Order: sequence, then structure tokens, then C-alpha cells
Amino acid sequence: MSLELVQPVSDLFNQTFEIDSHNLFDCSTLITHSWWSEVQMGPPDPILGVTEAFRRDTNPKKMNLGVGAYRDDQGKPYVLNCVRKAEAQIAAKKMDKEYLPIGGLGDFTKACAQLALGPDNEVLKSGRSVTVQTISGTGSLRVGANFLARFHNAARDVYLPKPSWGNHTPIFRDAGMQLKAYAYYDPKTCGFDFNGALDDISKIPEKSVILLHACAHNPTGVDPRPEQWKEMASVIKKRNLLVFFDMAYQGFASGDIDRDAWAVRHFIEQGHNVVLSQSFAKNMGLYGERVGGFTVVCKDTEEAKRVESQLKILIRPMYSNPPMNGARIASTILATPELYKEWLVEVKSMADRIIKMREMLVSNLKKEGSTHNWQHVTDQIGMFCFTGLKPEQVECLINEYSVYMTKDGRISMAGVTSGNVAYLAHAIHAATK
Amino acid sequence: MTLRLANAENRLFNRLMQIPAPSSPLLRAPVCGVAPPALRGGERACGGGVVVAPVSVAVPLVALFRSSVVRLSSFCLQSSSVAVMALLKSSKIIPAIGSYGPVLGVLPLRASSWWSEVQMGPPDPILGVTEAFRRDTNPKKMNLGVGAYRDDQGKPYVLNCVRKAEAQIAAKKMDKEYLPIGGLGDFTKACAQLALGPDNEVLKSGRSVTVQTISGTGSLRVGANFLARFHNAARDVYLPKPSWGNHTPIFRDAGMQLKAYAYYDPKTCGFDFNGALDDISKIPEKSVILLHACAHNPTGVDPRPEQWKEMASVIKKRNLLVFFDMAYQGFASGDIDRDAWAVRHFIEQGHNVVLSQSFAKNMGLYGERVGGFTVVCKDTEEAKRVESQLKILIRPMYSNPPMNGARIASTILATPELYKEWLVEVKSMADRIIKMREMLVSNLKKEGSTHNWQHVTDQIGMFCFTGLKPEQVECLINEYSVYMTKDGRISMAGVTSGNVAYLAHAIHAATK
Repeated sequence: MSLELVQPVSDLFNQTFEIDSHNLFDCSTLITHSWWSEVQMGPPDPILGVTEAFRRDTNPKKMNLGVGAYRDDQGKPYVLNCVRKAEAQIAAKKMDKEYLPIGGLGDFTKACAQLALGPDNEVLKSGRSVTVQTISGTGSLRVGANFLARFHNAARDVYLPKPSWGNHTPIFRDAGMQLKAYAYYDPKTCGFDFNGALDDISKIPEKSVILLHACAHNPTGVDPRPEQWKEMASVIKKRNLLVFFDMAYQGFASGDIDRDAWAVRHFIEQGHNVVLSQSFAKNMGLYGERVGGFTVVCKDTEEAKRVESQLKILIRPMYSNPPMNGARIASTILATPELYKEWLVEVKSMADRIIKMREMLVSNLKKEGSTHNWQHVTDQIGMFCFTGLKPEQVECLINEYSVYMTKDGRISMAGVTSGNVAYLAHAIHAATK
Repeated sequence: MTLRLANAENRLFNRLMQIPAPSSPLLRAPVCGVAPPALRGGERACGGGVVVAPVSVAVPLVALFRSSVVRLSSFCLQSSSVAVMALLKSSKIIPAIGSYGPVLGVLPLRASSWWSEVQMGPPDPILGVTEAFRRDTNPKKMNLGVGAYRDDQGKPYVLNCVRKAEAQIAAKKMDKEYLPIGGLGDFTKACAQLALGPDNEVLKSGRSVTVQTISGTGSLRVGANFLARFHNAARDVYLPKPSWGNHTPIFRDAGMQLKAYAYYDPKTCGFDFNGALDDISKIPEKSVILLHACAHNPTGVDPRPEQWKEMASVIKKRNLLVFFDMAYQGFASGDIDRDAWAVRHFIEQGHNVVLSQSFAKNMGLYGERVGGFTVVCKDTEEAKRVESQLKILIRPMYSNPPMNGARIASTILATPELYKEWLVEVKSMADRIIKMREMLVSNLKKEGSTHNWQHVTDQIGMFCFTGLKPEQVECLINEYSVYMTKDGRISMAGVTSGNVAYLAHAIHAATK
């Protein structure tokens, strides 16, 4: 609100202070103007809160199990060797920094789709899909969500598994879609609620969008088995649902890129024309470079061309064209046989370390004398583990042992090392015995 | 409309075709027909069946369908036989030869379509120019649509200070961990300092927030979305006429509405100052007004300082929310402070502006996507609230911004020798553009042109609104292979000392 002086008063004022009319003592400049007084302070980020509390803690044994990024066995961030080599290759070429096309680097989008679908996939051979480069997985999901909001007029609802990654909800909501859920995680078994899922899915209204985590479900680590995926594919087909796959961990989950992409490929084989988000943040360690792809599997090439044109029209007023650096690195790795081989080995070793930590955690818990069933720790897959710890047990771990995790009892296995896994087991046992 | 076999026909059909019972894992769905191509798109096949029929059963297949026709309503009569014929003619029935034998395999049907209503989008106007340029075989061809700097050999130019910064960064073997949602702190700080000046009261009092964005477009979009969510007082954004083409969809897709104020005067190829003031004085209070900070795109026409002062005053009286788009700081005049003068003046005058910055042109970081979005607030407390909401907005857009370009930019801005080198390089880019403008005008005079070409040297930045009419533009494209957008806008970056004479010759020929 600005204060406006009535005319005669401002004249008197100006006369008194000998202010020339061109230097009007304008009260709206006096009172510091505010456009944003109604803007509320936003709620603090839950995961960030964990990291901040961790940083303040002075306990030398402290562990940050909130982190969603891979750590090596010394607890350090890990830049892949194949990435360093690709970077050196790129630097040596002294490439320019011209804008990429709106849909991104062609070499990248081609390789990205091949990685997901398999190079011999009929979809790629017939050219009936389109892949655009995106700002990692989040950017991909948002482009997809906005595309659905604009072009999927048949339904507004997106069905997420319960629980799902926290950011899925605002992504779809801000894009104009509505969120619903289907049963997924069974807290009694710390496993997959297969019957509950099928039951819910069989009731989803036709043409709704259903989001599936392709592998390494976040946050639970609980994935369907292949025969369960098959049944889900069948029910989803019967319900005529639009399948949106989120694949953020291909290669990182089992260590095998084909195995981790199996569900996506199966659905496509079964005739689902899916939309797919991919991220290279974890499997290539390219987190901050923001490398991802969004793919739409279409009926035929002609439809793919129409869809591509509309994706570009959507993207241009978002950010014009995507960042080049990460895409150059990723496509160099995917297209250079020696680097590709090296990458497969490195991604497997990351997955293997995680798997090893799971095994060590369980064996250490047994050594501690825990009588609980910890099988879910090794059954679950990927970076995260839903421990099944209750809120008060989580509190105990944080406050008494400086072991930090989110309130839902989710831990990032990436934060576990051979050096601290015994301490972690000790702390968990203390909190749960 | 899809052809669906009723249950009785299904069973008969299945027996005839020796298709396994529905419960078998081989069958995913009841076999049914495909909508004939004569019907419009939008139908979906009802299930997953494609029929692979041995030739020997094709005839009874048709007979079966024909017999079932009498059971279908008359409405379907015609289309069902059409469907049958289409079915037979389409690739969906593949006469099986040899190894398939009499057993029907059911292949997944690929004809299902979620996107049949999606129209082909209109072709991008600027891209069309570049594509036509590529196809042209004339050795003298010139692409003056390009919105990126070119050196005097017509080549893309990566700045030396950028290469040095990259080498420094590579040597540090830095990790690739996620940046914070608001971006690299060293970058956002330096970005704001560059725009506002390091001694600016706003920065000293900490009453602004700057977030790293995906270059200028990303910055504008974050700003547009922020306005749409939090500027409840008004929905309208006023753009200068004309403005950069992408401004409109940016604000529209974010949920704002677009209006315009007079800006360019085609009679003078200059600034319509009175028209602008007149329009601005009528803009409803609290509307958003977008101003190009320098090097207006597409016209190259900027207000003079005394004109900016009057605009600042009128805008203050109208109580408008100022949105500055600064994509060319340093690149316009060669002087970063001079190019930021309008932004700084408005802030001094008490406008709490929002500001988009891009480093695409002035650092040549085009494809790295480096930019910033700044909100000048009433005080630090407000800046904190605004910052928290910007992060809540950004997180579901792309989580956090790309690191590489921001590292390069902040290395340059924070390393004195690199910063000095950058200032020299950005000035040399601006100087080359200015030189090309001068050479174009002198060459046009040499050609004998009697038109007033003063606007070519009056205008500033990468683009020049030549004033050429559409038919003249056609002539330039078709007869001289000089490519530009239909509005007569040329990118001076595409002009070199080697081709400026040819350009002048072509323009003269089209306009004499």
C-alpha cells in the first residue's frame, strides 16, 4: 500500500522544502514498496532438514542416511572413470557452445531411447517413438506432466503408488493434473502389496494415467517380481490406462541395465504405448549436470512426428533448449564401445556395493542379537531401504546415535560403508530391541 | 467405431481359427477387428488381438463376418463389411505361409493410440529460415536469422576466458553433486552483483534474492510462474510492441495474460517515445510491465537515458510491477555498467523490480544455459519468504539447475584476471557488431542508396530492424540468398567484413 498525499498538501510540502517539481518528494518511494507482503514463508524441506541437523551434529560417528546420491566405501561422492574419460575426449575436441535443438542433442536422445528399450526394439526400428532431452528426471516428469495436461483430455487423474517419491505430487499438480493413489507398499511385510495393488488398479477409471516406478522403487526399494509385473500389465491393459514409467535407476538397481529395464520393455511388447522418463543422475553419477530423457511411444511414425512438434512447442517457453554438457558426456559414453563397457562395469560395481551393504547390515544386526526379521533389507533394491522403523525409533537413532534419516524410516544405503555398517546395526538394534 | 465380435461369434471364430481358450496365457484379450482406415482417428482397438490367419481360413473368415453381419445393427452393417475388407487388406491380417500352420498367433495390437488428436504444430518461423538457408547452394548465401554471435569469419566464438575457466575447473576435478535448488551460491551472488553493481544498496542490505536459472528463458518462466502464483493483484503482463517472440508463450503457458504498449515506430525505425508513455500511462495499476533492459529484441531500438527516466517516473505513478529482461548486458554497448544503467536507475527510484539475466550472449555460454532470476524486495525478511517460495516453485520444475555453465560463469566473475579478460572480449564482440553496422551503412551509400539508413547505426545489439518490407525481404531471400525473418530483422552477428559489401548490394537492389 502506498501513501498518496493530497494535492494541496504536497504543494505546501514542496514549497516548504523548496523541492523542484521534477524532484517531487514522492511518498511512494519513501515507504519501501512491497509487492510480496502476502507471500508466506514456505514449509522447510523435510530432507534438507535432515542434512542440516546432520551438519550441526558434532558426534564423530554421525551418519547421514538421508542423502539421495551414491557414496563410495569411504563415504565420498563418486565421479565415474568413464565420465572423466568422456570429459577429456570432449574437452580435446574444443567443441563450440551453440544452442542445442529444442529437443536436445540428437546423438543423446537416440542413445537414451536405445538404452531403455534395447537397440533392437521394434519401436525404435519403426521410428514410432520420440525422445526429447530433458533436465534430468524431474525435468522429464514435468515435461510429461505438462504434455498430459495439454493433450490427454480423456482424464485428469494420475495414479501414484502409495508411497511414491515426494516430488511426484507437486510435479503433476503444478502441471495441472490431479493426484490419486493405488496400494503398493505393505508395512506389515515391508514388501509389495501385490493383491492390494491389483485390486486398486482394477478399479482405476479408464484412460487415467498410472505411474509406475520401472525399478528400485523410491522410497521403499520394493519392486514387483516379473510374474507380478506381467499380471499388472494385463490388468492395466484391461483398464485401458495410460502408463507413465519413471525409470531413474536403470543399471543402478540390479547392476544389469537390461534387467532393470525389463518391465518397461515388457509393457511395450504387450502393446502399451507408454510414456517414459529417464534419468542419468544416478547410473552415470551426472547429478548436477541434469541429464534425462522423455519418451513417448506412439502408434506410428506419423503420430510420433506430431507429438514431437508439440513437445517442442511446450519446451520452448519453458527453457528453450536443454543444457549441453551432461548430454555430451552421456552420449559419448553410450556411443563409444570401450567407454560403454567401462560404464557397465562401474554401474554394476555401484549396485554391488549397495547390495553388499544390505547384506552386511543384516548380518551385523544378527550379530548384535536382533530377533527381528530383517529380510526386507536384502529383499529391497536400489538406493533406499524402508527399514520399518517407527517414528520414535527414528528419533532415538537421530538423537542418541546421530544416525540421520527421514521420519518414515527410509535410509539411503549409499550412506552406509564397510566402516560404519557395524555402528549402524548397533544403533538400530538398540532402538528396536 | 470398432468391430467387436459378440461372444457367440467369438467362440465360433475361435474354434474355426483354433485359437486357444481365453484363459490361456497366449491370449491377452478377445480378438477383435481393427477400425477401418476410412473412419477418423480416435478409436482404439478394443483389445490386444491381431489376427494372423492362414490363407486357407481367410475365406471362411470373411464368410463368418458376413454371416455375423446380420446380427449387427443396420447402423453397423456397412461399416462392418468395410471393416472386414479393411481387416483383410490391412497388415493386421497376415496371411501365414508355411511355418505358422493353422494355429493363429495373437500379436499385440499396435494400433492403440493415445495421441490421435494431437495436431502437428506450426513450423518454427526462425528454424524455417535456417533450414531454407541450409538447402541453398549459392556460395554467397548469408544467414542473418541466427541469434548467436559469429566472429569475422562467420564462425561460432567461444571466449578465451571461458576456455581458461573450463581448464581451471577441470583441473580441480570437482564432483558432480546436485546444486542447491536455487543454484550455485557463488554464481547467484556474482550474477546479482554484475547486474546491480557490487556497491548497490540492495545487495548490501540483503533485500534481494537471486536464483540460478536455465538461461534467460528459464529465468523468464520462473518469473512468470512466480507472478502467476503470487501476484494476485493483476493477471496482465504488458510487452513492448514488438517483443521477442517467445515472451508471449512463456507468460501465457505460465497462466498470465498478454497485453502490449507502443514501442517501435516503423516510420522512424526508432523509439515511439510518446506512444509508449501514452500507453503506459493508461496501464491499470499493479499490472506487470516488461522492459528490455538494453539491446531490444527484435528492433535494436533502446530508449535514451532521459527517456528511461521519464518512463521510470510514469511507471511509478501507475504503480506497475517492473519485469526487466536483460539478455545482453555488456553485449549491447560493450560496457556492462552502461548496459545495466536502466535497471539500476529504476531500482534507485524505488522500483522493486524482478529481473531476468542471461549469460548466453555476453559469455557465449548459449548451450550451457546460464541465467539468473532476481526479485528485489522490501527487506531481508521478505527476500527470505520469496526465496522459500521460489524454491518450492522450482523443485517440481527441474529440481536444481545445471552446474557446468554456472561454474564457468562464476569462475570468470570471481577471478580478477579472467573478469578483466571477459570485459575486453565482450567489448570486442560488441565493437565488431557496431563496426558491421557502420560498414553496412557506408556500403549502402557507396551503392548509391538514397534511403536514410541511420537507424542501422542508431540501433544497438545483435539485431537490426531494417525497415524492409515483406516483398523486399522475399527478394533478398530468393534472388540474393540473404536470409532473414519476414519482419525484416537481421542479425548483425551474421555480417562479416567479407560479406557486408554483398549485403549492401543486395539491400540496395531490393530497395532502390
